[in-house]
Amino acid sequence: MSDHSHDLPFWKKYIFSVDHKMIGIQYTVTALVFLAIGFGMMLVMRYQLAYPNQPIPVIGQFLGEPIVAAVENPDTGETGYVLTGDGYNSFGAMHGTIMVFLAIVPLAVGGFGNFVLPLQCGAPDMAFPRLNMASYWTYLPGGILMMFGFFVKGGAANSGWTSYPPLATIATTGQTIWLLGMVILITSSLLGSVNFIVTVVQLRAKGLSFFRLPFFAWAQLVTAFLLLLAFPPLEAAGVLQLMDRVAGTSFFDPGGLIVSGVEQNTAGGGSPLLWQHLFWFLAHPEVYVLILPGLGIISEVIANNTRKPLWGYKSLVYSAIFLGFMSFIVWAHHMFMTGMGTTLSTFFQATTMIISVPSVIILTCLIISLWGASIRFTVPMLFALAFLPMFGIGGLTGLPLGLTASDIHLHDTYYVIGHFHYVVAPGTIFAMFAGIYYWFPKATGRKMNEWLGRIHFAGSFVFINAVFMPFFFMGMASVLRRQFDQTETLHGAAVQGLSVMSTWGAFGLAAFQLPFVFNFFWSIFAGERVGANPWHATTLEWSAPSPPPHGNFLSEPVVACGPYEYSVPGEAEDYTMQSPPPATA
Amino acid sequence: MSAAATEIPYDMEPHPLTRMYNGKFGIWLFLASEIMLFGALFSSYVLLRVGAPEGTWPIIGAPTVLGHEILNVPLAALNTVILISSSVTMLMSWYYLKENKFSRGQFFLLMTVLLSCGFLVVKYFEYNSKLHHYLVEFDAPLVVDGEQVSYSRTYPTAEGERTVHYLHGHITETVKDEDGYVEYYKFAADARKPDHGHAHDDGADHGDSHAGAHPEIELRPSDYRRMSNWGPAGSTFTGIYFTLTGLHGLHIVGGVVVMVYFLLTGGSMWKKLPDKYANRIECTGLYWHFVDLVWIFLFPVLYLL
Amino acid sequence: MAANAEAHQAELKKYLMVFGALLVLTAVTVGVSYIPWLAANHVLAIAVALLVAGVKGSLVACYFMHLLDERGMIFWILALCVLFFITLLLLPVVTSSEVVAGHADKLYGVGK
Repeated sequence: MSDHSHDLPFWKKYIFSVDHKMIGIQYTVTALVFLAIGFGMMLVMRYQLAYPNQPIPVIGQFLGEPIVAAVENPDTGETGYVLTGDGYNSFGAMHGTIMVFLAIVPLAVGGFGNFVLPLQCGAPDMAFPRLNMASYWTYLPGGILMMFGFFVKGGAANSGWTSYPPLATIATTGQTIWLLGMVILITSSLLGSVNFIVTVVQLRAKGLSFFRLPFFAWAQLVTAFLLLLAFPPLEAAGVLQLMDRVAGTSFFDPGGLIVSGVEQNTAGGGSPLLWQHLFWFLAHPEVYVLILPGLGIISEVIANNTRKPLWGYKSLVYSAIFLGFMSFIVWAHHMFMTGMGTTLSTFFQATTMIISVPSVIILTCLIISLWGASIRFTVPMLFALAFLPMFGIGGLTGLPLGLTASDIHLHDTYYVIGHFHYVVAPGTIFAMFAGIYYWFPKATGRKMNEWLGRIHFAGSFVFINAVFMPFFFMGMASVLRRQFDQTETLHGAAVQGLSVMSTWGAFGLAAFQLPFVFNFFWSIFAGERVGANPWHATTLEWSAPSPPPHGNFLSEPVVACGPYEYSVPGEAEDYTMQSPPPATA
Repeated sequence: MSAAATEIPYDMEPHPLTRMYNGKFGIWLFLASEIMLFGALFSSYVLLRVGAPEGTWPIIGAPTVLGHEILNVPLAALNTVILISSSVTMLMSWYYLKENKFSRGQFFLLMTVLLSCGFLVVKYFEYNSKLHHYLVEFDAPLVVDGEQVSYSRTYPTAEGERTVHYLHGHITETVKDEDGYVEYYKFAADARKPDHGHAHDDGADHGDSHAGAHPEIELRPSDYRRMSNWGPAGSTFTGIYFTLTGLHGLHIVGGVVVMVYFLLTGGSMWKKLPDKYANRIECTGLYWHFVDLVWIFLFPVLYLL
Repeated sequence: MAANAEAHQAELKKYLMVFGALLVLTAVTVGVSYIPWLAANHVLAIAVALLVAGVKGSLVACYFMHLLDERGMIFWILALCVLFFITLLLLPVVTSSEVVAGHADKLYGVGK
């Protein structure tokens, strides 16, 4: 039965594939490429921040106008290429956009969700395979369109990833492209999320009740609902801003705006705050879109490597649902500084504190799961173990930002940058690495090299902290985010050393990604061959062969028990699979 | 290869939990997200309207804040009837397909397509009349032959009160110089509407019937501060009107594309899997009724209130 | 079979009745907007127009989209959606009460 897929022509099997596994791999690879691009932009920006207005070594000459400007060194006569302020703004806006919308969400949801979710549900494929393909093929053009912004006059979008008007309304053409790209990406994620929800609800295997779903599937389900219901308001906002820019409306413009001494000829009467509300109505749930799949992956890895059931599985599930629900009513904590009245600030401060409760429950459950376990320190487990404290730091540093009194001081400083990067970089991205190492054998039938993985982990763990830890101190020293050159201010110059440290951390981090890149490609062809269940895991994806054939399972899986039946007393093995594969496999 | 293993469950038969087949559940989820999309836009509409400075909604100089000061209610009411009818023909199409009467089903699908095209044609005329109606703002009162022809309206802004001198009307002729630049417009101004009472006639074209009230004015580009048609840039109201109805119109166009596809390919699908084809029409219908439902709210909100 | 055909006839009849009701309600909502005293009383006019639109929308959802015949899960999803929709509709309230009282006109020029 497995050989049907081999009859397909190349372009149907690898390019316009409707198989969820191939689409998942396409998403993963594309998202990793975007991750690398976003990371590269960050390196250039960090170089500028550590060594303001110094020529960018090596790659400076390839960046081109208006990102860099040629400057002649008066002493040596050599031409160097210095990052311009506009270039910095473009890179800053695009770094955020790429990382959030083109790298992490597609990796976490499009990549892992697509590959793992139908397998974990015991389904032969997604509910709508062609819609799934359409989702990828709208994501990729949307991403390329956004990158195309760099080639129009004025460069790519340069109003920050939040695109606040009126700055964004009067920005260069790149912003229009950003908005168009955004609308396309939203369409893509909408197609994806409908597919995910239908798959989880309708395509679960026999005996796989909701409370026998692995936590990863739950996390993806909640994430899909967030994408489904939170993205449309941003789409609406994007359409409105597009109208402002293209059709001359003034939804976000109260009128009388003066640009370069010229009053803008608009009807006026709009509200710049409208954008912020619509944007954050999406972007706060988006935070949970970023972290929930990560938490799901970490739960799988921890249960598997502690060889015992997750502690408090139901609490995890209820927390994730509650988290998803609450994330819709906390958005204005991003806007405390807009002149909001105290009553409302108090409301949003309260909901923000409430939403931290389920996050803490999830983290606590995962930490308690470690208790009394004989832990296998595999590479995925190392990343998972590092994830726990890193996510803890990221989460706990968020509390002062959710309290109005302290937010007044910390708002828009590097402290905020440090906070959300700890959640997303050593948090979600570490979870993504754990997931890649964990499910690589399922996708390819081969394991990634263990020692290269350990080197990758150790270096990343050290240097990622070197990148982001200084941000907290810089933020508390009032260094503002999005600043081109912090040495221009006295307080910024005083902590410039921290900025240099962060930059060198970033270069170290880059260096330690090389073992991963090598390992990834090398293992596809030469990694150690493994069987269907190399980690001795219990969930359904490990009942299918590695790599799973078209249609996934050799026989229809029937589920007899919960997802984390490890070390069940009286069993021959220390794991009881939800649906043991047929004996012949 | 065993077909059973790769067949997706609940593709045709309803799932015991949701009592829907996959496609129907999917389309409902899609509609949920559409509710959020239009919800956000409705919300923006309310916010903009509540925040609009007095005298600028729906457009500067309008005697009341009602949308029909500048919109055409009879045409929109006609469109409402057209769209509701198209919803019914859509239902009939599905009904006859379930009855196993393919050609009747296709006939009603064709009716739906025709009705939606009718909707778009009416919309075209509405848009067109807006795009040919102009608002001109001046820094100072416009005086022609010693007589002030512009009106004025004062409203509060961040810098204190602001007085706008304005005219509404149509450009009857554009005169260009030899370099192709506009030298002046011949402009037929609308007669001033009474600031009280209710002008329920067709707001879009009232200018024509009273064009004689003012002589044609010659407007040079240096005379005015801003000139805009009643298109998206005319005022916040026309902006949100065009955005909401435009987005709704795009939904209509999308629906028409899908229905035309089914009209063309339905025959072969029907021969192979008649039930599946009926299901597809049902899903299309659900979407179509939703588009109808959005219009049912758009109509009073934009035109009547 | 005959009973089945009869049930189908009844279904068709139901659609046409709902269609009639929708046409009547359209006429009503246009008609009442021409009543001068109602238009002058703005809050009432908004309430009436939205009420009529709500009834029309419910008719479409319940009968054309067969929401009445659906069960279970989709209701919860739509309820969630409606809840967030209402949250969104609160945006204007949130925005207009955002400014510390007494400073609205200075900041935005839109306060009363």
